[in-house]
Amino acid sequence: MSAELIQDQTIGNIGNDYSQYGFQDKEDYIFKSGRGLTKEIVTKISEMKNEPEWMLKYRLRALDIFLKKPMPRWGNCNLLDSIDFENIFYFVRSSEKSAKNWDDVPEGIKQTFDRLGIPEAERKFLAGVTAQYESEVVYHSIREDLLAQGVIFLDMDSGLREHEDIIRKHFGTVIPAADNKFSALNSAVWSGGSFVWVPEGVKIEIPLQAYFRINAENMGQFERTLIIAEPGSFVHYIEGCTAPTYSTDSLHSAVVELIALPGSHIRYTTIQNWSKNVYNLVTKRAVAHADSKVEWVDGNLGSKLTMKYPSIHLVGPRAHGEVLSIAFAGEDQHQDAGAKMVHAAPDTTSLIISKSISKNGGRTSYRGLVKVYPNATGSKSSVKCDALLMDEKSRSDTYPTMEIDEKDVTIEHEATVSKVGEEQLFYLMSRGLTQDEATAMIINGFFEPFTKELPLEYAVELNRLIQLEMSGSVG
Amino acid sequence: MTAKQPLLSVQNLHVKVEDKEILKGVDLNIYAGEVHAIMGRNGSGKSTLSYTLIGHPRYVVTEGKILFKGVDIVEMTPDQRARNGMALAFQYPVAIPGVSVSNFLRASVKAIRGKDVPVKEFRQELKAQMKKLGVADEFLGRYINDGFSGGEKKRIEILQLALLKPALAVLDETDSGLDIDALKIVSEGINNLSNPETAILLITHYQRILNYVEPQFVHVFQDGRIVKSGGGELSKELEARGYDWVLQELTSSAVS
Ligand SMILES: Nc1ncnc2c1ncn2[C@@H]1O[C@H](COP(=O)(O)OP(=O)(O)OP(=O)(O)O)[C@@H](O)[C@H]1O
Ligand SMILES: [Mg+2]
Repeated sequence: MSAELIQDQTIGNIGNDYSQYGFQDKEDYIFKSGRGLTKEIVTKISEMKNEPEWMLKYRLRALDIFLKKPMPRWGNCNLLDSIDFENIFYFVRSSEKSAKNWDDVPEGIKQTFDRLGIPEAERKFLAGVTAQYESEVVYHSIREDLLAQGVIFLDMDSGLREHEDIIRKHFGTVIPAADNKFSALNSAVWSGGSFVWVPEGVKIEIPLQAYFRINAENMGQFERTLIIAEPGSFVHYIEGCTAPTYSTDSLHSAVVELIALPGSHIRYTTIQNWSKNVYNLVTKRAVAHADSKVEWVDGNLGSKLTMKYPSIHLVGPRAHGEVLSIAFAGEDQHQDAGAKMVHAAPDTTSLIISKSISKNGGRTSYRGLVKVYPNATGSKSSVKCDALLMDEKSRSDTYPTMEIDEKDVTIEHEATVSKVGEEQLFYLMSRGLTQDEATAMIINGFFEPFTKELPLEYAVELNRLIQLEMSGSVG
Repeated sequence: MTAKQPLLSVQNLHVKVEDKEILKGVDLNIYAGEVHAIMGRNGSGKSTLSYTLIGHPRYVVTEGKILFKGVDIVEMTPDQRARNGMALAFQYPVAIPGVSVSNFLRASVKAIRGKDVPVKEFRQELKAQMKKLGVADEFLGRYINDGFSGGEKKRIEILQLALLKPALAVLDETDSGLDIDALKIVSEGINNLSNPETAILLITHYQRILNYVEPQFVHVFQDGRIVKSGGGELSKELEARGYDWVLQELTSSAVS
């Protein structure tokens, strides 16, 4: 019933005004670092946060790595090279301390959240809200029963203060600072993000949610998320992002680490709609132990350039990994997204489903890796990429890589590129739908395997965003 | 609209597809309350006429007029024509993966009626029509025409028309691919579309369906034109004698 309702609601909302997503609040910050990245700034960030010595050292070492590492020579080099690291604010503190109570949230920020509909969403079904406004979490609430179950759901800064031992043990173990240039950058200047720890056997029924939003011009956003699911536990974490439009470019470079211990299950859902000048360069990786299951559900709309390849290292027998992603690229946008599956234990299984749409000269790329180590016997992997082109100007490429070092495996790969069918459009239009409505319906249908995995409200939101992209009223 | 004005008036219609002329001067008047049948050989241009009526962008009108309710609709987009009261049951309905039948029907009904129908009311209406046409509930959740059998597609086409209640229903070989029982059910569905305010244009190869849906007018299509028109009895004659005699009649009359 959910999928039906979604489209019903979508149809009911054709023509909605979405300018609410492009508003810009007055900047009202307590601390804003200077532009550019130096040792002093990194030290200052750590000091402001009262961090332990080891974290400062970690940051400084990461800064070194960042400065030494060359830019990746793949993806979209032209766009990557156009990032001006000297012209970015690496840290903005927007209010004194993080507030747990809605009443404590500063008025201007509250208005932003009101317009984003957060308290409303919370009333509906939020388990806890971590809303990242600028670099730090200002509003954070967690439901009593989560606390009672022993679940930790904090912004990363608070997490570090309150659970230093857990964080010290796991931080950077899945994605080391030296993994790539942008993980190094994040490790040096990270701020905010979520820290989730789910005790053994605890299954969290309601998704944990966080909203992210960039608001200062030329400001980087470097949130850092770590989720640890103890044996036999379950958690679904959701983040949704919107960013207002600015004339100069912003950089978003997050690091997300997931640790799924034996028999646990983590699902991580992202719907992001960065404004079209944001560079979105995110490193996401999970380690899946025996009999565990990790799913990345990843929706990429917006941004100027996205490079994101959620990966799962299947390190224990029978671990299962899934990446289900969609990407939408319009004019002057490049979505370079994909997935990596590393089979490092016997009988591990993985599934990658990637769907992309390009329109108006937009470009989507699927870049994927399936690696099977020797002795990962009986492993299975299936990759399916579908690209839909809306016009002749648009582009889609597939760069699948397979590194299979074991014979006893089953690997499937399937890729299709198609155009929105004239016959499909005609059929829907002959039933009274306008061209925009018909196009949106075909596209929603194309994304349906993704949408149906989302909680209802997110699915509605996504369908609306797509509708707007189609009617050309945003961007 | 006065009783004298045809609901549909096709006048000297010439249509090109990819620079090939397919319709070469079709004339056809249909009044409200009438049922017309078009028969004719494969490739003679019947589907081309039906696509052109509803406005397929690839079918270009090079000459002539299509008046619907007295207004020339040649410049209208398919959705405008649909909202104006035209509907086509496709010969080959296309699949649209990911779009459920129920969502599509709801959107379509809303577009045609110009207002949202309350979910509950819509459900009731839909269920009633589905029952009449013997369409199982599970189809609502399935994707449009995706993996439907030939006969299932045809039933869903008629289900759509039953909900949209067009002033002019064009049915392109809706009877093809139907089993004997289905033919009866679908024919009833077609008859239900017919009333003094509406008209039906039925394209078919077989007399069979015309036993259930009785046309007052039968037209023979040949090489992009209507070459012969008659009453209901003409279809029986065609069934018995084939098309050759019509064509012979034509050539001999042309010679004399
Ligand atoms: N898109 C197209 N491109 C090229 N030729 C076309 C196209 N559409 C129709 N035609 C040609 O126009 C002619 C008429 O086709 P049409 O489909 O109208 O025939 P029909 O009378 O409906 O036949 P049938 O009884 O087999 O359904 C055929 O020769 C067909 O090949
Ligand atoms: Mg035909």
